[in-house]
Amino acid sequence: MTMIPDDLRYTKDHEWVREEGDGEYTVGITDHAQSALGDLVFVELPEVGAEVEAGVACCVVESVKAASDVYSPLSGEVTEINDALVESPELGNSDPYTEGWLFRLRSDDTEALDALLDFDEYVDLLAAEED
Amino acid sequence: MLIFNYSKAGRKTGSQSPNVSADTLLKSLPANSLRKSKLLLPEVSELEVVRHYTSLSKKNFSIDTHFYPLGSCTMKYNPRICNELAMLPGFLNHHPYAPLQFSQGLLQSLYELQEMLKEVSGMQGISLTPMAGAQGEFAGVAMIQAYHAARGDTQRKVILVPDAAHGTNPATAMMCGYQVKEIPTAEDGDVDIQALQAALGPDIAGIMLTNPSTLGVFERHIHEIADLVHQAGGLLYYDGANMNAILGKVRPGDMGFDVIHMNLHKTFSTPHGGGGPGAGAVGVGERLLPYLPVPVIGCNTDNQYYWMTEQEIPSSIGRLSGFMGNVGVLIRAYIYMRLLGRAGMPRIAEFASLNANYLQAKLKQLGFDMAYPKRRAGHEFVLTLKRQAKTCGVNAMAFAKRLLDKGFHAPTTYFPLLVPECLLIEPTETESKGELDRFLEAMAEILHEAETNAELVLGAPYSMPVQRLDDVRAAKELDLVWKAD
Amino acid sequence: MPYIPHTEEEISSMLSAIGIKQLDQLFDEIPKKLRIKTIDAIPEAVSEMALRRTMQVRANQDGSPLCFIGAGAYEHHIPSAVWQIASRGEFYSAYTPYQAEASQGTLQLIYEYQTMMAGLMAMDISNASLYDGASALAEAVLMAIRANRKCKTRRVLVAGTVNPVYRACINAIVKNQQIELIELPYCTEAGNSLAGSLKQHESQEFAALVIQQPNFFGCLENVDELTDWAHQQNALMIAAVNPLLMAALKPPGEWGQNGADIACGDGQPLGAPLSCGGPYYGFMCCKNEIVRQMPGRIVGRTQDINGHEGFVLTLQAREQHIRRSKATSNICTNQGLVVTASAIYMAIMGPEGLRRIAAQCYANRNALIQAVGSLKGVEVVFTSPGFHECVLRLNKPVEDVMAVFYAQGILPGYNLKKDYPELGEALLVCVTETKTDDDIELYKNTLQQALA
Repeated sequence: MTMIPDDLRYTKDHEWVREEGDGEYTVGITDHAQSALGDLVFVELPEVGAEVEAGVACCVVESVKAASDVYSPLSGEVTEINDALVESPELGNSDPYTEGWLFRLRSDDTEALDALLDFDEYVDLLAAEED
Repeated sequence: MLIFNYSKAGRKTGSQSPNVSADTLLKSLPANSLRKSKLLLPEVSELEVVRHYTSLSKKNFSIDTHFYPLGSCTMKYNPRICNELAMLPGFLNHHPYAPLQFSQGLLQSLYELQEMLKEVSGMQGISLTPMAGAQGEFAGVAMIQAYHAARGDTQRKVILVPDAAHGTNPATAMMCGYQVKEIPTAEDGDVDIQALQAALGPDIAGIMLTNPSTLGVFERHIHEIADLVHQAGGLLYYDGANMNAILGKVRPGDMGFDVIHMNLHKTFSTPHGGGGPGAGAVGVGERLLPYLPVPVIGCNTDNQYYWMTEQEIPSSIGRLSGFMGNVGVLIRAYIYMRLLGRAGMPRIAEFASLNANYLQAKLKQLGFDMAYPKRRAGHEFVLTLKRQAKTCGVNAMAFAKRLLDKGFHAPTTYFPLLVPECLLIEPTETESKGELDRFLEAMAEILHEAETNAELVLGAPYSMPVQRLDDVRAAKELDLVWKAD
Repeated sequence: MPYIPHTEEEISSMLSAIGIKQLDQLFDEIPKKLRIKTIDAIPEAVSEMALRRTMQVRANQDGSPLCFIGAGAYEHHIPSAVWQIASRGEFYSAYTPYQAEASQGTLQLIYEYQTMMAGLMAMDISNASLYDGASALAEAVLMAIRANRKCKTRRVLVAGTVNPVYRACINAIVKNQQIELIELPYCTEAGNSLAGSLKQHESQEFAALVIQQPNFFGCLENVDELTDWAHQQNALMIAAVNPLLMAALKPPGEWGQNGADIACGDGQPLGAPLSCGGPYYGFMCCKNEIVRQMPGRIVGRTQDINGHEGFVLTLQAREQHIRRSKATSNICTNQGLVVTASAIYMAIMGPEGLRRIAAQCYANRNALIQAVGSLKGVEVVFTSPGFHECVLRLNKPVEDVMAVFYAQGILPGYNLKKDYPELGEALLVCVTETKTDDDIELYKNTLQQALA
């Protein structure tokens, strides 16, 4: 079964967003995304300080048989990246919502934030894709 | 054992190199221009080399040893005579800049190949220089770009590609500076015409199509598609990967295509060589003649053959190789076409289709699901193991690996991407009914194994030089070059 | 029916399994108006026996001239074992090794090839091959632009001494990607790139510098100086080299303080016959840091589930079949069989064998310069030491001189007038280890006669 925490926000492209307070957000890929990709072997993250734009690709996650762009869910500035994930991409498979986070950003992009899916909407999205 | 493991430092194997002292001869060069580090090449005897690589060769499946129903790749018999004649010393020792009086025999053969390819494709001009299918695609899309640019029509920034297309299509469009827009496939396997209509506009430079498509079916609305794209000011590109299915029966030029490439290593049976070399000759209709990549072989009124270069084709998209592409491959294709002749071409399509449709019909009877069961197969067809993956947990990859144990090369797996758990099966015309029946037996056996002993299938292969290999380890702990301890 | 094994009986039983009566019904989904009746321009089939004779006549018709042309394709001795083994059906008629377990022979061979090529270049990594030297150089330019994150421009500096066809090919392949190629002038005395001309480029940002070693004139470039300069400018260094000569010359990985970033070139000298320009293969090596920007296939060593060594295609997420429009290149089919031959060639020659061939090539070039340099009407144009080739300026039209050689069955070299008109009546002459003292003597005498 796919794991979907109920306290996160989601995108249609299977990224999750956690609000950390003070306009900071953490971004990762969902359990569904990591399972569809298979064993991750490489992750390319943005540079700290980079300006990212909502809906624009800013990371790459690679498995043996697939490579996928990760689109930034919000516009803002990257404040921190997960170096441990670059060293051990398998964290993205084993702990997609905790150890396997991708990057943090500072954002006041309320418009994009409001457009993100909540738990119920993401569950529905997965159910629809399943068909 | 790697070849390096046989190496013994200081072994003198000199019989194949000049009997000189390199140190003495090189002494007059400035010291800072010379190599200082030790060169890591094996120091082995000629016999060790011959034995090592002969034994490596035995670890391969090949057409000469196994049925190889690899969809989209046209793995048919490569006649030995094509190799022998292409390796005549007169051809092998021919310098590409040899003057015309020392080149007429070779140029005549290449010229005649151009003419034959023109006829089977229905195009107006051919350039033989592209060195593989993907380079043919590059040449084709670059010509489309040059055509629009010459007309000052510079707002066309998008190339359309069906979602079932080979990955080379979108990758090529990007290399030519285009954006790529995917067109979905309709339920019956043809292009979704409504989606195409919606996508067409003044920003569309052209569309890249394979016909029969990578789904193995003939695009029945090709005329309508050609009209729609042309009306929108775009051009049509034909990816010749599946030309074996229609050779001598129908021609891309007659379907309305403006530019095509042909994979001579598929349709015209030059060897795949474990990954190449190929040859991806391009053909064009009248509109694109001025843009053909050079050189092209010309023939003047005195029946003298010559190289047509930027001088004769000033708007050419230019040169894609150091010389003239893979000439040795072109000669093999020429010999093959002469051996088959006029009557042999349509026979290829007939028997390639007969074999594919026979396998498709029989596999259906055995209980396999086809992706497009109501359609006639071209020279290949798509089988989906989605049901088996759900019910027995045996996916397409496991099925493919188990086929190796039964003595058959696996079909293409997981392509086209839009059909889940698929095998793309292309038997080609050179396989006998007996061989096809043995393959059917193996497929039936594996299906039975999947239903009764899934573990057995999932662990396959067992009879190869290695068992299932760890791709994840290979990608994470990169070991691309051997290092001495 | 050539190569079609079906009996009448089998055909009818197969048709009935499909549920049709005639072969032609297999094409019933193709619109009628598209079907063609004839392909008249295709000649009738000929037998293998008859065609053998035709092709032998054509191959012989072109004669076997004594060849002093190089200009990117070099005549070398190829041991018989090379193509006899490479032509084994198991190599010749195998596909790309996607099914690793059934392709260990090809995969291991490529891994060994990658090791040999990376060793020759003194670079970290090699790919499994590209098409040829010219197109590999174009791919190297594209790769450098992707890999050079410090540089925001798409400008690349290319030495004017790089093979002119290579430069034309780079232009044809990269021109639709808004990449600007700037030519670096050369020293008309020494015949290599003019270090003094670099100064004017120091204010401009550019992504890479491309140098050929030896260059198109056969002359040696000052590779250390050029490499360090490029790195000081935050540009990547692309080395296009003759791989055989790297057994004797300083390899790209050792150029300057930090080595070249990408090394590429044509693998033809390592076991591929002249064959009118192809098939050859392009090789490409790079530093570890930029391997993910490498185009083309790469083989890696790994283990199977029992811990046994095995080989697979790896880093495939760079490639078109996975990455599609975001792939590092559109290349799919490469030049596998020529690489097979090349690995066998390098294994037979070994480090000392290759070095001796390089040394003999060097000695023969010097012998030719010695022999013709004192002839009246001949000027050896460049002073820089070199390999394989040298440029002669003649006091008669090059075409007239060449005609005299042709009449005697000799190909005297490559006419430089079209590519380098500033050099005047200039001929690029090539001598490899295949030329004997007698050949060089014959060349000298014929030239003397042509200029008399």
